[in-house]
Amino acid sequence: MSRYLTRQLVNIIVTLLAVSFLVFALNELTPGDVARKLLGPYATQDQVDRLYREMGLDRSVFTRYAEWLWNAVHGDLGQSIVYRRPVAEVLWDRLGNTLLLAAICFAVIVPFSILLGVLAGMRERGLVDRGISVFSSICASIPEFAMGVFLLAIFVVWLGVLPGTSPLTRSGQWPIWMQFVLPVMVVTLYDAGYLISMIRASMVEVMRQPFIRTAVLKGMGFRQVVMRHAMRNALITPFTVILLQLNYLVSGLVVVEMLFAYPGFGRMMLEAALAKDIAVVEAGTLVAVSVTMLTQLFGDLGYMKLDPRIRV
Amino acid sequence: MSADGHAAVVAAPSLAARRKRSRLLAWIGHLRHSPAGIFGAAIVLTWSLLALFAPWIAPYPPNKIDPALVANPYPSAANWLGVDHLGRDILSRLIWGARTVLTVAPAAVIGAAVLGTILGLLAGYKGGVVDSVIMRVGDTLLAFPKIILYLIIIARFGASAFNIIAVITVTQAPIIARIVRAVTLDVKNRDYVAAARMRGESLRFILLSEILPNARGPLIVDFFLRLGYTVIAIGVLGFLGVGLPPPDPDWGSMIKETYGMIFVWPHMTIIPALAVSSLVIGFNFLATGLREAADDA
Repeated sequence: MSRYLTRQLVNIIVTLLAVSFLVFALNELTPGDVARKLLGPYATQDQVDRLYREMGLDRSVFTRYAEWLWNAVHGDLGQSIVYRRPVAEVLWDRLGNTLLLAAICFAVIVPFSILLGVLAGMRERGLVDRGISVFSSICASIPEFAMGVFLLAIFVVWLGVLPGTSPLTRSGQWPIWMQFVLPVMVVTLYDAGYLISMIRASMVEVMRQPFIRTAVLKGMGFRQVVMRHAMRNALITPFTVILLQLNYLVSGLVVVEMLFAYPGFGRMMLEAALAKDIAVVEAGTLVAVSVTMLTQLFGDLGYMKLDPRIRV
Repeated sequence: MSADGHAAVVAAPSLAARRKRSRLLAWIGHLRHSPAGIFGAAIVLTWSLLALFAPWIAPYPPNKIDPALVANPYPSAANWLGVDHLGRDILSRLIWGARTVLTVAPAAVIGAAVLGTILGLLAGYKGGVVDSVIMRVGDTLLAFPKIILYLIIIARFGASAFNIIAVITVTQAPIIARIVRAVTLDVKNRDYVAAARMRGESLRFILLSEILPNARGPLIVDFFLRLGYTVIAIGVLGFLGVGLPPPDPDWGSMIKETYGMIFVWPHMTIIPALAVSSLVIGFNFLATGLREAADDA
């Protein structure tokens, strides 16, 4: 067990190093832009060149990467060009907002999809199953930006019962909690579509097992069979998938953040990537990749705990 | 006698080919029994025909600006779906946009399928160092949140149809490689593969003719699901403003351009959103139908 953990942690560190160098190299192929961008279009070439040298951009990629890495390990992530603040400040700010939104979404998505997935899977090809399956596959097929447009048109433009933007500041008559309703709805409908079909498939599988038939034949009520025997087993396989939604929720929220002007992590990454603000892009990518790999690790560990047949 | 034997040897491959073709046809035939599959196929077919014959079907040139029409941009007899904020005919832009997305998405998915299949076959069959290197690089790519990888690469190399195809190819290939590798590991020690090896067949023959056909079913279903995702991905890039460059019509960009005006002219945003959703629904239902047909066949 501890050997497995050590190997996975080494794996994560190696991947993080590879990823950070990749991002660095990709962005550094045109370092001249950075000095020009900082000084604006009216600076002379002379000034640009001087800043270029002052920032140390004339040294080799490897030297600069090593320096960046040294600073990063010591907690200094550099200065953001776009936001003109230390990267760490911007990053934690935005990440906090996104984690809040992600946590709310997660808390809604998981029970919602377990309920529908189990209902659909307990009687395969029944009426309920057909209905829920069509609903979930349509939801999973509507891209978030389209879903956002539809919900916005209905609830904001037509009915006027919800705010159309979520800047997290008190603006107009809408309380802040109402600003979360539309983003959470969009993410839930899109993401739950996928989860429901995973849970349904697993439930269908379990309901075909002999021990379910035994339980039914010995006269146990159907509701009890589903709740006590089937559901527990049916949730083992989708467990990892459920956890993996966490990392979609951290970096995949960019569309929702753009739709509703939510000050989150994804929007920060978009703005930084477009402005070639490499310090922010580097730090943000590392955070996102760490989240992915750690959820994967926790997923595997949890999976082993849930299903004693699996060993490493 | 020897002539007969010779004829039989020559006839064998064509017979096998015919049997293979009829099995494929039977599979497609089973699609008839799946309402979801038929529904999906109909949507995909409709958009494909519109895209194919866009120059003849589209009532107006897609980029023709007519400011006079903006006074009353709603659907009318002249502009069935109305015009956008620059007075461009929405129906024409949708039809030409279908052409864009139905070129870029299949190109990207075919690229990913070819690259992923080759890498997966090699990794699974060769094992050892080749396997570890291919899978390691693939895992690193998969560890990147996809959207962030798209943003970094497109912000760096610029938005063009080619770059979008390249990005999607590179990011999706590792997933396909995993599918193919799993199948390869499963069958590489079967007797008929060993027989081919002993006959002295080339590596290419063993990989493509002996092993790959086993992965055909999962790959075809995955292909259509992946087309759906890719249409979403292209739409997302357009919506985020890093998609295909304007003014050529692209569904995601159409939504982005008019999103701010949704309170005034909702139809300009809602109609392209419906178009993207319908195409993705088409691909996903088609994939579901094919999977059900594969289960029945």
